[in-house]
Amino acid sequence: MAAPRIIVVGGGLAGLSAVIKIAEAGGKVDLFSIVPVKRSHSVCAQGGINAAKNLKGEGDTTDKHFDDTVYGGDFLANQTPVKAMCEAAPAIIDLLDRMGVPFNRTPEGLLDFRRFGGTLYNRTAFAGATTGQQLLYALDEQVRRHESEGKVRKYEGWEFLSAVLDSKGVARGITALDLRTMELRGFPADAIILATGGIGAIFGKSTNSVACTGSAQSAVFQQGVTYANGEFIQVHPTCIPGEDKLRLMSESARGEGGRVWVPRTAGDKRPIKQISESERFYFLEEWYPKYGNLVPRDIATRAIHKVVYEEGLGIDGQPMVYLDLTHIDRATLDRKLEGILDIYEKFVGDDPRDVPMKIFPGMHYTMGGLWVDFNQMTNIPGIFAAGECEYQYHGANRLGANSLLSCIYGGFKAGPNALTYAKSLESMEGDGGHARELVRQARINTQLLNNSGTENPFKLWRELGETMTKHATVIRYNQGLKQADEKIVELIDRYKNVNLADRSQWANTSFAFARQLKNMLELSRVVVQGARLRDESRGAHYKPDFPDRNDEQFLKTTKASFTGSPDGPRFDYEAVDTQYIKPRPRRYDATN
Amino acid sequence: MATKTVQFEIRRQASPDAPAVWENFEIEWRPGMNVVSAMMEIAANPVTADGRPTTPITYDSNCMEEICGSCAMRINGRARMACSALVDNLEQPIRVEPLSKFPLVRDLQVDRSVLFENLMAVKAWVPLDGTYDLGSGPRVFPQEQEANYPLSNCISCTCCMEVCPQFNETTGFVGAATIAQVKLFNNHPTGKVLKEERLRALAGDGGIQECGFSQNCVEVCPKRIPLTNAISDVSRDVLLQKAKDFLRG
Repeated sequence: MAAPRIIVVGGGLAGLSAVIKIAEAGGKVDLFSIVPVKRSHSVCAQGGINAAKNLKGEGDTTDKHFDDTVYGGDFLANQTPVKAMCEAAPAIIDLLDRMGVPFNRTPEGLLDFRRFGGTLYNRTAFAGATTGQQLLYALDEQVRRHESEGKVRKYEGWEFLSAVLDSKGVARGITALDLRTMELRGFPADAIILATGGIGAIFGKSTNSVACTGSAQSAVFQQGVTYANGEFIQVHPTCIPGEDKLRLMSESARGEGGRVWVPRTAGDKRPIKQISESERFYFLEEWYPKYGNLVPRDIATRAIHKVVYEEGLGIDGQPMVYLDLTHIDRATLDRKLEGILDIYEKFVGDDPRDVPMKIFPGMHYTMGGLWVDFNQMTNIPGIFAAGECEYQYHGANRLGANSLLSCIYGGFKAGPNALTYAKSLESMEGDGGHARELVRQARINTQLLNNSGTENPFKLWRELGETMTKHATVIRYNQGLKQADEKIVELIDRYKNVNLADRSQWANTSFAFARQLKNMLELSRVVVQGARLRDESRGAHYKPDFPDRNDEQFLKTTKASFTGSPDGPRFDYEAVDTQYIKPRPRRYDATN
Repeated sequence: MATKTVQFEIRRQASPDAPAVWENFEIEWRPGMNVVSAMMEIAANPVTADGRPTTPITYDSNCMEEICGSCAMRINGRARMACSALVDNLEQPIRVEPLSKFPLVRDLQVDRSVLFENLMAVKAWVPLDGTYDLGSGPRVFPQEQEANYPLSNCISCTCCMEVCPQFNETTGFVGAATIAQVKLFNNHPTGKVLKEERLRALAGDGGIQECGFSQNCVEVCPKRIPLTNAISDVSRDVLLQKAKDFLRG
């Protein structure tokens, strides 16, 4: 039998990890990515990657990492895969180190570790404040090595459009669009792995890259893949507000001692240096004495929201608070945080070594995603998923520096599992559904290109982003979520009148964007409807009308299925695997 | 009071064979605006300054925080990342053109895959036995890490190649970015096992001797990578390697 052919979609950490494992095991991989893989969104990750290597003599263990992760995620994550991930983490760090990732070092030449949110241990390995970039490059280099040996073929500048399913509903390949020639083509495969990242773009402005539209996830969702825990969206407490995007200011700034504060007096106009320590409100340290500035992100985000909107203490009356590093010496800041300080300086114009940064929460991470089993396979045979696009490792809130870990671990699982699956796959009947799927995609393309309406897709997208940010981020009300769903339905209707200003068949970015937009709209309904149905508060999902966690009713995974009905998706619930750690109240304000 | 606006002149080209034309745009000013966000505005309202409907501009961008390396272009004549080109710091009208040394795709989008091909040619990687658990990596002292980390920050934007007088079809020069990666991997305790191969790859036509020491590369690099140092260090190693190879026969 010929070597199985696997398609990996997405060239961030998860996708590249899967590719490496498949190539190493003798499989052939076709790797699809919208952007050259080295430019994938993983490059933006800053602070580090968690592994309980216990190199600081603190008595850290993988069990403690496991407990922090499950507790941080408010017990919504299935515990079996999380446990396995935390146990695998130390060896993953070793591997990355062997690949040449320039991790920061101790004087003895060992890996250095720093603290991150939601833990009391120094558990985060880091390469300055550009850890994601360094990890992505290391994997990119390994993939290039396999590419040079003919084991990997890259399709960079191709956009995934859909899975090809045979008459039995088994995946047999994909259809994709060449973003330069606009050619639509089918690619056969024995298994496909989606590693297509987060869905930040449906919120308009987020910390995510432009390519993080969730379009691929939505496409397979509309083909029958279940989408899980869609309502869990992480809003990162510290971002640089911007007109075009919200730029992340890494949690590592607080891990290295950064303090969050506002003047105690509303509208205090004095220069910062004249505001004495006692006149500063270090609200995270006061409210959460044990964890201080390193409470998990959902907690910090709600605290900032409260200080700004309930107590009216935002700087100059604006929705902003200080993130202060000025008490730390410049050499330390440069050695450990230079990458993020440069970003602040470039985009804001102030040097955060001299003046406190002004920050505010922003949409950051997608905890939910494609439903997968413990082998990373979705409910459609042959479609696997890994990385941020699946739901498995973070429950209701992700801990900082666990994302890079879950991407690499998920990719390392998905790759070999896809290969094993593909080896025992029965040969397909006929063309495996390729011709039919190509016809369906060609029809969508033709219709879009010939549409003669009045709606601009980029304007529709802005309206979507405003609605999602207003109703489905930090604070959620059922009334608002209902309005958001109605707005999305209106936008889906108006989408029928989309008029492309560009009808050419060469590098037509409006056309590609309009296709993504339809998928964004469909996926947005999963988020707002899932949020509406979950009448409790858990992790990042917070409803003032239902402020407590309700395990009896909602210690369950939300599973959305596409119906095609105007009412939107169908929702089912699945019990959570809690066999190792019994759910307990999540109280970061407790002092012991 | 009239709305504050920003003037742009953008070079358009519908395809590699189509003629290049300039289009002018007048866009409402917003605080913190950069060149990419201005192009997002144009996409939402694709009309030129004289009121003529046009197409949204084709360009590369992704992270919007100068780390993915996508949005390199020439802005007021200078090669740089468009996302960190803040409008308030630029003289108007802001002239935006594609990089000139790479095959044009459309408008501001060019094909920079030559850099990735070069990285493959010099084997810019650490050759691993495998990704299974083989224990911890080699010890690296902080001083070594601090020397190598800047080289590892290269975002493959190709600005250094764009501004290099020697980077052209005649010389086939690989450019500074690739040379800096050779230094990085030759420094690595495991990566250096391929040192000789990398140096030989830089020894022939298009190799390191094509460098004319204009130093444009180091001035334009958005990540302040010590490119000229890397070129001198690798240059010396290439010469030594040539001598060794000569003596070996």
